[in-house]
Amino acid sequence: MTFDVLVEVRHRPGIADPAGATIERALPALGFEGVTGVHVGKAIRFSIEADDERAARGAVEEMCKRFLTNPVIEDFEVTIA
Amino acid sequence: MTARVGVVVFPGSNCEHDVVEAITTVGGKADLVWHGERSLDGFDAVVLPGGFAHGDYLRPGAIARFSPVMSAVADFAAAGGPVVGICNGFQVLTEAGLLPGALQKNRGLKFLCTEVELEVVTTNSVLTRDGKVGDRLRVPINHFEGNYTCDEATLDALIAGDRVVLKYVQNPNGSVADIAGICNEGRNVVGLMPHPERASDPLLGSSDGVVLLRSFLGAA
Repeated sequence: MTFDVLVEVRHRPGIADPAGATIERALPALGFEGVTGVHVGKAIRFSIEADDERAARGAVEEMCKRFLTNPVIEDFEVTIA
Repeated sequence: MTARVGVVVFPGSNCEHDVVEAITTVGGKADLVWHGERSLDGFDAVVLPGGFAHGDYLRPGAIARFSPVMSAVADFAAAGGPVVGICNGFQVLTEAGLLPGALQKNRGLKFLCTEVELEVVTTNSVLTRDGKVGDRLRVPINHFEGNYTCDEATLDALIAGDRVVLKYVQNPNGSVADIAGICNEGRNVVGLMPHPERASDPLLGSSDGVVLLRSFLGAA
């Protein structure tokens, strides 16, 4: 089976997100008030062949740990459809 | 015998010729090594230079770590051979697991291209053995992701093990504990964000990097 995968890569808590902070500071200049907690991460999409969703998730989590993210500074969330 | 230094060239490296020139200036011999090479036979020391290896795609160093030459670099390091990663080379060494921690984006979201003052924290490394603890060196930095970070246990181990090699006198990028460069437990692998090769002649504005390059050649 083919599964569509979305990997969201985020900064770990405590890791600086200067891009998020800069965007948050810029929004009020356009009149968008009240926006807080802006975080900038990465989204990686791909398709994967696997026997079932569990196998697909296992493979994706493994590639996240070993390649797609740096566990020192990044967390990830996997969505499979 | 003149030490022969291998300067690794990844697609996107851009400081390799500066390093070759600087090594030559201080009396060594340096040759470029393409990242597809699987052997470092014949080399006495290895430099991973600055630049944007593999375009820095995904993360700086993330893809360079899979270049064939990196297996040879790991073997060379495990055998005690002197290895230094400068700037992007430091990022590659952390991604490859040869040094702990990671380099995150600079505090303040600015690419920094300026001269900084470094302090030698230990002389017990291949890059600082000819220096003196407390020496102040003026060396340029040129990076966006130079903000060194690691977990607390790693930081404690680095400090307790005397493995912080160089620190910033005035922290330019937010690095934890003002760290500019660290070494591995064997003290033969050093990573630093500043560029000693760009401080290798008074004409460049500083020759304070020479003591580092001489140390490195002496360790070869």
